[in-house]
Amino acid sequence: MSSQTPVGSETRVGASVVEAPTAASVARSSHRPGQSPTRPKRFTPWLFLLPYLLLFTVFVIVPSVFGIWISLHEWDYTLPNKPFVGAENYTDLFDPGSVNAGSFWTSMRATGIFTLFSVPLLLVLPLLVALLMNRRFPGRNFFRAVYFAPYVLGVAVVGLMWRYLLDNNIGLVNFYLGVFGLPDETAWTTSLPAAWVALVGVTVWWTLGFNSVIYLAALQDIPAELYEAAAVDGANSWQQFRHVTLPGLRPILTFVTINTLIASANMFGQSYIITQGAPGRETRTAIYQIAETGLRNFQMGDAAAMSYVLTLFLMMISVIVFWLFREKKEKPLTSGGTK
Amino acid sequence: MGKRLRFTRFMQGAAIAAVGALALAGCSGQPGGETAGGDFTGEYDGPEVTLQYWNGFTGGDGPFMEQMVDEFMAEHENIKIESTTQEWSDFYQKLPAAVTAGEGPDVGVMHLDQLATMAARNVIVPVDDLADELELSADDFTEEVWDAGVYHDARYGIPLDVHSLAMYYNTDHFAAAGITEPPTDAASFADALAKLKAAGFENPFWMPALWPAHLMDLSLIWQNGGEPYSEDGAEATFDSPEGVEALTWMRSMVDEGYSPADVAADSQYVAFKNGETSITWDGIWQINDLTESGIPFAAAPVPTIGSDSAVWANSHNFFLARQAAADANKANAAKVFIAWMSENSGEWAKAGMIPARESVRDSGVLDGTVQQPIAEQIGSMRFLPAVPGLGAVQAETLEVAVADGVLGKAPTEEALTREADRATQLMEENLEKFGE
Repeated sequence: MSSQTPVGSETRVGASVVEAPTAASVARSSHRPGQSPTRPKRFTPWLFLLPYLLLFTVFVIVPSVFGIWISLHEWDYTLPNKPFVGAENYTDLFDPGSVNAGSFWTSMRATGIFTLFSVPLLLVLPLLVALLMNRRFPGRNFFRAVYFAPYVLGVAVVGLMWRYLLDNNIGLVNFYLGVFGLPDETAWTTSLPAAWVALVGVTVWWTLGFNSVIYLAALQDIPAELYEAAAVDGANSWQQFRHVTLPGLRPILTFVTINTLIASANMFGQSYIITQGAPGRETRTAIYQIAETGLRNFQMGDAAAMSYVLTLFLMMISVIVFWLFREKKEKPLTSGGTK
Repeated sequence: MGKRLRFTRFMQGAAIAAVGALALAGCSGQPGGETAGGDFTGEYDGPEVTLQYWNGFTGGDGPFMEQMVDEFMAEHENIKIESTTQEWSDFYQKLPAAVTAGEGPDVGVMHLDQLATMAARNVIVPVDDLADELELSADDFTEEVWDAGVYHDARYGIPLDVHSLAMYYNTDHFAAAGITEPPTDAASFADALAKLKAAGFENPFWMPALWPAHLMDLSLIWQNGGEPYSEDGAEATFDSPEGVEALTWMRSMVDEGYSPADVAADSQYVAFKNGETSITWDGIWQINDLTESGIPFAAAPVPTIGSDSAVWANSHNFFLARQAAADANKANAAKVFIAWMSENSGEWAKAGMIPARESVRDSGVLDGTVQQPIAEQIGSMRFLPAVPGLGAVQAETLEVAVADGVLGKAPTEEALTREADRATQLMEENLEKFGE
């Protein structure tokens, strides 16, 4: 067989060839009878992309565009007439006198509060857990499983369980707080800010394992030699963490941050089941409100407009996060790639 | 009871139907929608059909419904019923979507207060012919239950039962406090609470902020002589002085120390099952669950705190989905199913419900049941008006106002006014949306 299997037109770093084999040269040299031409056709990459592209189109592009269309109408799919209202569904959201504006912005604020408190915790705590789990100690696998276990539970299980555990009058949480002589009168699900503490706490407990596993995988990818070198240079463990671990985690950190951010901004099940939005409408998140408006009240046009406003916010935040991480990436190690 | 009776009934029905077929066909141009699969012939002798049957009996009532379905199938060899049971809240979200997509049920059960909504959304079809065939008429039902099944001059539901709020009390606690009779009005209720407290039951009446708090609130509004919504569906009036009085009374239970503050979702019910609280108001559909829990309890009508005796109630109604209407065989089989269920609704009393038909109620099925004292008050049961979309509006507004009021997050009047304004806006939008 040909010794130089072409990898598309990609240049292999470190390869001894001066000139990368171009598609044309490969095609000329290796076109023999009985062997299929290896010259990549123009549409070959598209062929590979096709299955995903198809799914992406059907389940993302089309619904998104259709969603915009819906948001421009007073849309109730069970009714024959769906009058066009233009941007009214959007302008209504900014008009304090309209039905949905008040509750929508309350729910946006709720989403904001939840995200603000849950994301930092979900970035830092799993990292600490991952650092611990990365050490060698007896029973390590057991503890890894313990931290990951809640993540496999569905939101209904988690929600229902904590709803009863957190119940301020009959729940175990307050009972044990009382046993230890701590204040045991907190209304975890019906008063503020306790409800936020409860929701954030439950979410952290529930999803911490996922981020931990990703961190753990990333930690194991950091070459041990780097730590050895750092140790030889006399770096203490904090310095090792600061100058070896953190830079090594940076690419993963972007992923984890964006992912956690979006997951937190999409929080719905926890408040739906644990607090049912109480007190009043205070812990109703944006997704909760959108679901109520669209699926229960059948105001799908308004709900679609709401979700586009939410999307816009999420996109802005994602851009900011990307921008933040890219900025930092350039500063430290540029020569870190050497062995 | 039975088989023969039912047989003759069907024969009779078939005869009537045969004679009246032309006449019925002539006058069955229901204004509300299409006629389901031609006129009902009283029995089904076509090829074997499988009916998709949807209901929301997820609680203590579920097993009894399953049993009735099994009995029905045993008696009807050519009709197979496939039941799908899901939470009511999911049910009402999924049903329109499923029917629109052609994946819905053929027959099902829904609440009385949803019939108008689903009819307006063209999810269900009229069943006037079925009511005629069964010789069902207003005589056999309480007026309100019967009338609320009509939307735009067509009947959409065949009532199976009525179910209301009830007052459950722990009989041990009552005995310990020396209360011999369940309280019936504001004075005796207050007296009972005071006695219970004196007997060492610190919080005898937990006041929920969420379900079923709004049902308690509605009951109290009616007791005070008010109405939560205008009959024409154009306005929410639950912030009227009567409404404010109702919610204020609910909050006063907390202020006076009969209820702990900040009662979380479901916990008043759990507390009652644990014997931590002495009295709770909840639906009669909880009877089997309470019996099973083994606590010593009894049920009584909700006391009249206001001036009139009134209590919130609802009714499970059989409906025919638009889907079945396209297939005459399915439509007829579904009607046979509904007819059988209606005639055998005495069985349903075991599920803790009150059969909707007076003839069934009077047949003695309620004798000795827990719900018997409540069934006697059927005249004072009140139902929400048949306004499309009202259920969703209420969940969005009244429920929030009640929660705020009970939790003390806002003064009752302020919470009610704020949410009533919002409800009125939503109701106006609905009126426009559903036309006429």
